Amino acid sequence: MEPFFEFIKQYRKNRAAVFGFFIALALVIMAIFAPWIAPYLPADQHLADRLIPPMWDAGGSAAHLLGTDDFGRDLFSRIIYGSRISLMVGAISVGVSLSFGLVMGITAAYFGGKVDLFIMRIVDIMLAIPAILLAIVIVSILGPSLYSAMTAIGIVGIPTYARIVRASVLAEREKEYVIASRINGSSNLRLMFAVILPNCASPIIVQATMGFASAVLEAAGLSFLGLGAQPPTPEWGAMLSDSLQFITTAPWMIFYPGLAIFLTVLGFNLMGDGLMDVLDPKLKEKG
Amino acid sequence: MSNLVEIRNLQTYFYSDAGVNHAVDGVSFEIPQGKTVCIVGESGSGKSITALSIMGLIDPPGRIVGGEILFEGTDLLRLSDAQLRKVRGRDISMIFQEPMTSLNPSYTVGYQIDEALRLHQKHLNKKERFEKVVEALDLVGIPDPREKYREYPFKLSGGQRQRVMIAIAMACEPKMLIADEPTTALDVTIQAQVLDLMKELQEKKGTSLLFITHDLAVVSQIADEVVVMYRGHIVEKASAEELFNDPRHPYTRALLHSIPRPGVTPRKSQLDTVDDTVDYLAFPKEIR
Amino acid sequence: MLSYVLKRLLWTIPTLFGVTLLVFSMVHLTPGDPAAAILGDKANARSVADLRAKMGLDKPLYQQYFIYINHLAHGDFGRSANSNEEVMTEFLDRFPATVELSLVAMLIAVFFGIGAGIISAVKRYSIFDYGSMFGALAGVSMPVFWLGLMLIYFFSVKLGWLPVSGRLGYEFDIEHVTGLYLVDSLIAHDYAAFWDALKHLILPAIALGTIPMAIIARMTRSSMIEVMKEEYIKTARAKGCTRFQVIFIHALRNAMMPVITVIGLMLGSLFAGAILTETTFSWPGIGKWLVNAVYQRDFAIIQSTTLIIAIVFIIINFIVDLLYAFINPKIRLS
Repeated sequence: MEPFFEFIKQYRKNRAAVFGFFIALALVIMAIFAPWIAPYLPADQHLADRLIPPMWDAGGSAAHLLGTDDFGRDLFSRIIYGSRISLMVGAISVGVSLSFGLVMGITAAYFGGKVDLFIMRIVDIMLAIPAILLAIVIVSILGPSLYSAMTAIGIVGIPTYARIVRASVLAEREKEYVIASRINGSSNLRLMFAVILPNCASPIIVQATMGFASAVLEAAGLSFLGLGAQPPTPEWGAMLSDSLQFITTAPWMIFYPGLAIFLTVLGFNLMGDGLMDVLDPKLKEKG
Repeated sequence: MSNLVEIRNLQTYFYSDAGVNHAVDGVSFEIPQGKTVCIVGESGSGKSITALSIMGLIDPPGRIVGGEILFEGTDLLRLSDAQLRKVRGRDISMIFQEPMTSLNPSYTVGYQIDEALRLHQKHLNKKERFEKVVEALDLVGIPDPREKYREYPFKLSGGQRQRVMIAIAMACEPKMLIADEPTTALDVTIQAQVLDLMKELQEKKGTSLLFITHDLAVVSQIADEVVVMYRGHIVEKASAEELFNDPRHPYTRALLHSIPRPGVTPRKSQLDTVDDTVDYLAFPKEIR
Repeated sequence: MLSYVLKRLLWTIPTLFGVTLLVFSMVHLTPGDPAAAILGDKANARSVADLRAKMGLDKPLYQQYFIYINHLAHGDFGRSANSNEEVMTEFLDRFPATVELSLVAMLIAVFFGIGAGIISAVKRYSIFDYGSMFGALAGVSMPVFWLGLMLIYFFSVKLGWLPVSGRLGYEFDIEHVTGLYLVDSLIAHDYAAFWDALKHLILPAIALGTIPMAIIARMTRSSMIEVMKEEYIKTARAKGCTRFQVIFIHALRNAMMPVITVIGLMLGSLFAGAILTETTFSWPGIGKWLVNAVYQRDFAIIQSTTLIIAIVFIIINFIVDLLYAFINPKIRLS
């Protein structure tokens, strides 16, 4: 427990990181308890109450905290339910990137030579296409949907993880404890995953946290382009793209979903920054 | 003989969460005109901080909290930033320990010497400055100075780089040169050459030299006066001759004892070391 | 230096090869028959077979790949399935708008990013430092399309200072020389058009430039802090350099090396990142066109755009590496 408390103590020094942690916590609570927090179902249409402004604006009502959209759906409820989608997108995309990136990175670093060269070539090729473009290509193969978007973002993230894992495994590979374990007869698989990997955890945790943020951002972007979640899914990016024509008449429809995306991404980025301070201070110095 | 520099009760402290580090704590000594003063001490004794304080190069969290640094009678600590900049490089120059990193990798050797002239000798035109730079390179013993003018530092050896550093420092013919362990990072043969060069330049130009080192062998070669520092304090001040013949302070004695000598078999077949467990400050604080 | 350039050039070949392979296999990874997809549900088996033959889909895969590469080598990027126009023609119509937007965005990002980074590094732990570094983190977290919409809302809808969308007012007509309106209007000495083009450009450029600006600011700061610890900075100060000279002559040049690499990397991805910004501002670049192509499964457009942007990306990285070598005497002279 001692190192854990030490970790908390260090992390708490970075106030922005603590702020980020609370945003993330609030998001998780929102997602889990959405049916209890949200006053309405996300798809509930109240056609009589269309385009009502937020309650603190003139014409707003206490019944709809952040107002309603052009179908009379409660914006607050949609944003609450939207947190489920964003968290799912983040978790699944990072899961895909991380699992493939881990295997590729470890394999490349551990075996070296031609295996390394081959894997890193694939990584280079993937990095030769800008991330969002590669994601669009993958979505165009799979057809526009939320699941395509998650898959695409997951795949696009692989090279970053592969590089980070490879670099940290390379640094660990020649250390004494690994050699000792090898002499004791550990198998390759055991060496790779049970001996070396736990010691590379810090940069990977940091990258996963920041990767979560960018996955949420990219998914919102794809949905905004109409290539991700499709209406009427209460996905924040899709909500924005549905509201473009209302920018003059009902700007709240654009303001709040976008704010939700921004705060979510900021929260995870701040957390990642704080984790980097504590877990990997050298990385931070390098920028 | 007059003193070029008089340092009175200099105090330079470093502040951190953990507390205050009294890196230099009440140090006083003089540097006579045209002479060489060596500050000796182990790492962390405050000898480099003393030098940087004279140059006005102490950065936060460090701060000079007290004392006077009189240069030709003017207290440098009372000068403004701009006034101090005019002193730096023109009246007092400094060279550092690491010749490999002391030169800017992005500029030619010539440019970096020329810069000192541009800063302090504004009456010279480009052509005159070029000639002076070549002359300076020649003076410090760099072969083919005209070609070397356009060379980048990474092409030079450590010894040559340190020579270039000396050329930069001497370009404006300063009244004093501070050398912070200038030979420590060099091979022994190169060390001797660089030391000879510094001695030669000093004689030629009449420069006062403040030489910082932990190497007593170097001290014996060049020092007129020696200041022994220990944990931010001066424990002994003496002429070089006195110090080597009759060291007074226990710390100085311990320091001198730790030099391996040919022909003398160390006791218990190991090298003598300065005993860490002794608090030398418990002895009389300063002996002169 | 020459051997460095050649080696670097050689390295791009496998990457190029990989990208073409990836782009080529797109069509074949797609579930269903591309020919049937193009012709729609009502097509009969015969016309599908005809189109397959015409598209070369009946040949073995490796032959199809060589045919594809051969076409590319002759500058033939295929035709759009919908408009039947040459993809390259359509692309070149739109690409200058994207380039202009991206370049101006990058200019903004570089100028303010490096500026903020330097000030933060020099005044470390000051209010400005904390503020701009928090701002940079916020910038990285910013959904560009949302920022764009907010800018439109405040500056166009509320204040009415700037146009809501598009690239140029209808009353203007600029002769296309470079395709960059700012340049073309200056060539034509049409300053009213220049001013109008600039007004259209400024908001999308700020939106697009935000993320690179944030990244550049962070990079510059940490790189400057690193460099300021170097011994040669002490040497420069000991010489009597002013603070300004120390920062701009001795520190900045060395600190810029990693930053330049990052700027290069980002310039390529900016062309792609422009897709979102272009959609927000109805900017007539490749963004909207590409997204429509995805809806309509117009593979020739998606393939070609991806390939061309990847090539541009590779070329930019190559140039950046050369630039890096040029400012770093160690590589330039070896």
